[in-house]
Amino acid sequence: MPDTITLQVTRYRPDADGPPTLQEYVVPLREEWAVLDGLNYIKDQLDGTLSFRWSCRMGICGSCGMTVNGDPALTCGTFLTDYAPGPVRVEPLANFPVIRDLVVEIDDFMRKLPEVKPWLVREDGEALDDVEFLQTPAEMDEYKQYSMCINCMLCYAACPVYGLEPDFLGPAAIALAQRYNLDSRDQGAHQRLDVLATAEGIWACTYVGECTTACPKGVDPAGAIQRYKLTAATRTLRSFLMPWRAR
Amino acid sequence: MAKRSSSEAVAWLLFSAGGVVSALLAPILLLLFGVIFPLGVLAPPEHAHMEAVLRHPLTQVVLLGLCVLSLLHWAHRFRYALHEGLQLKRLRAPINLLCYGGAIAGSLWAAVVVFG
Repeated sequence: MPDTITLQVTRYRPDADGPPTLQEYVVPLREEWAVLDGLNYIKDQLDGTLSFRWSCRMGICGSCGMTVNGDPALTCGTFLTDYAPGPVRVEPLANFPVIRDLVVEIDDFMRKLPEVKPWLVREDGEALDDVEFLQTPAEMDEYKQYSMCINCMLCYAACPVYGLEPDFLGPAAIALAQRYNLDSRDQGAHQRLDVLATAEGIWACTYVGECTTACPKGVDPAGAIQRYKLTAATRTLRSFLMPWRAR
Repeated sequence: MAKRSSSEAVAWLLFSAGGVVSALLAPILLLLFGVIFPLGVLAPPEHAHMEAVLRHPLTQVVLLGLCVLSLLHWAHRFRYALHEGLQLKRLRAPINLLCYGGAIAGSLWAAVVVFG
């Protein structure tokens, strides 16, 4: 194994002229080093002006998502040795505007997320603080997979539909809506239907499936969207056949 | 906020139904009438027998259903291929007309052939 590996990192400084460029840095190649460790080595030892987001280093916070050799990945969970002898290309997440270097603007996602009400909605007016909602393991299994989402936005970077159609609600937001729709304690499914069953919601998805491939937490947003299409279509049919029961 | 879209729901249901029906029935029909009978693996049915099967209302309904749903499946898929694959979303109205209009025209033609 060579001692070093070359990282080709996107540099983009809005205060300087010109389009984004790739800059090469040679960093130590160690077995236990992830791409993020390489970036931190650059920041600490080689070039303090490089900007990127990171926090937990353990695949929980979802801030260090970048494009590594063309694929969206959490840089804390992507190891340099897998790319030896290199070089490794590190670019900002695709489909998002770049603020500087590897830092992207996430306002669009942050605006869409609360639209699907990703929290437990109760309609019966119970004082939530005083009640305990019991749930069987089978009921928890219904939604648990979707609750693993860390909002890292790799699925948005991977989704070709989101790239073409910025109004698309997107994989993570729809999967999170399903996380609450499928929760036995939640009563907000029909409120979410108005946001999800729109041309910019589930119907924009063409089931490419790249979101599920990209997800570092094993969530299946493509499956969630596909499953919800059936739910929404059934609800639509029911409202045609029984308009008096439609809501 | 965007409105719930019933037309997209119906288009998707027909697209899905078309996908299932054509995936299940079309290969069987192609295998029987395109490979097995022409190669003589199985003896083809007598013409009179085949004629009687094709004149049965149930056969006609099933065949027409297969044609209509498969065409609607094509329409939905081709519409997205043009909108997104070829990035022709600005031509939304003529593309929708071409795809779903084409599927309806094809369905009418299938009805003429099946019931004619």
